[in-house]
Amino acid sequence: MDTTTIGEIIRGDREVFPPYLYSAYRATIKRSPHLPLLEVPLTLTELTGPGPAISEITPEDADLTRNAGTGGEAIGQRIIVTGRVLDENGDPVPNTLVEVWQANAAGRYLHKRDTWPGPLDPNFLGIGRCLTNEEGVYRFLTIHPGAYPWKNDPNAWRPSHIHFSILGPSSRTRLITQMYFPGDPLHALDPIMNAVPEPYRSRMIATYDHSVTEPEWALGYRWDIVLRGPNATPFGERKENE
Amino acid sequence: MGKAPVTPTQTVGPFFHPCLLRPDAVITTLIKPETEGTRIRIEGRVLDGDGLPVDDAMVEIWQANHYGRYRHPLDQRPLPLDPTFIGFGRTGTDEEGRYWFETIKPGVVPFDDQQDQAPHILVMVFARGLLNHVVTRIYFEDEPANASDPILQRVPEERRGTLIARREEVDGSVVYRFDIRLQGEGETVFFDV
Ligand SMILES: [Fe+2]
Repeated sequence: MDTTTIGEIIRGDREVFPPYLYSAYRATIKRSPHLPLLEVPLTLTELTGPGPAISEITPEDADLTRNAGTGGEAIGQRIIVTGRVLDENGDPVPNTLVEVWQANAAGRYLHKRDTWPGPLDPNFLGIGRCLTNEEGVYRFLTIHPGAYPWKNDPNAWRPSHIHFSILGPSSRTRLITQMYFPGDPLHALDPIMNAVPEPYRSRMIATYDHSVTEPEWALGYRWDIVLRGPNATPFGERKENE
Repeated sequence: MGKAPVTPTQTVGPFFHPCLLRPDAVITTLIKPETEGTRIRIEGRVLDGDGLPVDDAMVEIWQANHYGRYRHPLDQRPLPLDPTFIGFGRTGTDEEGRYWFETIKPGVVPFDDQQDQAPHILVMVFARGLLNHVVTRIYFEDEPANASDPILQRVPEERRGTLIARREEVDGSVVYRFDIRLQGEGETVFFDV
């Protein structure tokens, strides 16, 4: 019988965020810090970040079904994944870069370290990006990713998921996470997902939304993302400027 | 008004490279020929609890420009912005766990109305096995302002050295060496920010 060791070192909200050490996810055992994180006041270094500058130079590429540039279309169940990026007050985070990556419909990544015998799809790169609009809305057209095996323990399978990376307005809002699909029996078996304590795990599961579904075209999923973040005020503003 | 429910973090996993490190997303050289400031190279390795290289990490850095100004709407201080410098870097580690950036030494930035901080660079490390990224800072060995830096002063003295990059001169150019030890002997100080 396996016992999972759960570490005490957690960055951010202790109830909501996963601990660095969650031994059922074996890769955490040698990579998790052992010493307490240092709490320090937030300075201009943490309250600023690259988000506002980087989001201005990134082209849009939000259609994963066609962005391989082959002229062909990815195989799989076509889906729309959309939602809003919000701050902790529920206010939208506009013009911020959202980057996503995922396995293809067979559960295979186009990556040199993914070598399990799931077929590759020549019309699918599994990467996309977009900027949120003024209301904080992002939207991707893609295909439903397959589950895939990994070597964490015998017969381990990751539930279907899409990786998300968001810069947000400051260094403190930087977020990398994964979006899961509702009703997947693999959720209960996945140590990466289960490193997040209940009931907060469900914040990573999208909702099927029939109003997002487009007739004769694609199924719709909705998932809102909430970034940590201070309500910071500008530093050293020159009054005579405005 | 109730707070919105913050989204938990998950590991970046092993398969992020084609997306996060596609050619136009990697930034190892933060400077252009006309960028103002002292050229420096930062080099280091990311190591695990056994001292083995972490060969599938992503390292991001964020820093102020030569004048100590951040390119960000919150930083409205009357200091020059350098149009050729954003201050953001992103790269992956190689099979030896190594990473590097070519940048400039940042200027002094404020801590509060009274105090300044010594020049420093914010560092974030993401990897398979890290369910949340770790956040640390690079300080510079030959910087006298370290002695009064309000963040360094909050670090237990015996661990302060983990935040200080060692200066080396290689073929006449300045290299600061900064290894990041995720766990165990010489574990890097990480911040809860
Ligand atoms: Fe994955």
